[in-house]
Amino acid sequence: MAPILGIIASSISGSISSNSFESIATVTVGSGGASYAEFTSIPSTYTHLQVRGMLKNSSNDGILMRLNSDTGSNYSAHYLYGNGTSAFGDNSVPTSYFYLASGSTSVQPSAFVMDLLDYANVNKYKTGRILSGTEVNGSGSYVWLFSGNWRNTAAVSTIRIYPNAGTLQQYSHFALYGIKS
Amino acid sequence: MAAGSTYTPIATTTLSSDSNTVGFNTISGSYTDLIVVCNIKSASNGMELYMRLNSDTGTNYSRTILTGNGTSASSARNSNSTSMRLAYETTGTDSGNWSTLFIHLMNYSNSTTYKTVLCRAGDAAKELSENVGLWRSTSAITDISISGVNSFNAPYLGTGSTFTLYGITAA
Repeated sequence: MAPILGIIASSISGSISSNSFESIATVTVGSGGASYAEFTSIPSTYTHLQVRGMLKNSSNDGILMRLNSDTGSNYSAHYLYGNGTSAFGDNSVPTSYFYLASGSTSVQPSAFVMDLLDYANVNKYKTGRILSGTEVNGSGSYVWLFSGNWRNTAAVSTIRIYPNAGTLQQYSHFALYGIKS
Repeated sequence: MAAGSTYTPIATTTLSSDSNTVGFNTISGSYTDLIVVCNIKSASNGMELYMRLNSDTGTNYSRTILTGNGTSASSARNSNSTSMRLAYETTGTDSGNWSTLFIHLMNYSNSTTYKTVLCRAGDAAKELSENVGLWRSTSAITDISISGVNSFNAPYLGTGSTFTLYGITAA
């Protein structure tokens, strides 16, 4: 379909096409906890991926992600974060994982929304952006904004999410979606 | 892997007059996450955006914010609040300045955890912000109210403001 240039938004009928955002798979952690959550055999039929997560872990340490089981120092990240008192900017270059979120050991879960752009394109490195946060009604709360890069041209077919220390706790929930263009 | 279309529009409100609050009621528990997309004009100087869930007016809300105003970045916190503060706007009644908000209510219908909310907000004339909020209740969210003032009883939400609720269902 050719784009319609200069279209007036109010003339568009309906709303966002519900056919362009598809649920692919979900991982829910059971009563025994889990050392990681993983999506495998991700089809290359979408344009972008989105992972939405809500989690608790047994440690306050960070929640990390690796693509296609790559454990090399092929990732980098720049980020902004706030702790309720001050704002900070920093980077991790290079590193061996994507950083997704801060951890939460209590009843207050951490949450994140990650967009992984052009994940199946074999001609470019992969870029992701992440909004995440942990709110505990006081000190120990964090809100994060990350930009991450994986220096590999392979299509992303596996996503593993894991805590830097400890285990993912029961009721942690991760959902993978595909976005078509 | 299972697959299915989602990101379903549930309800939309466009204000025909300045209003105290906008609400979505009797929300089905059949989705995984909710997203509220807002485009808001201030009807009064000093508007701030607040959200209440299930009409809870207790001190059960908190949030942490990361803000940039074009000059510097900062962070602040509100704890034990009677509503969840989402964003700040003080561009008065200038009809050219609209705030945009994407509010993510994660796993809103589970009955085992407190509810975490992520919010991206921006007002090009003022600031942009990222928020994480918490509602300390394990109840499923069935009602969402948004106001332009913490008291929820003054018409700070301007005419023409739009609010759309979407549901996302995981496989």
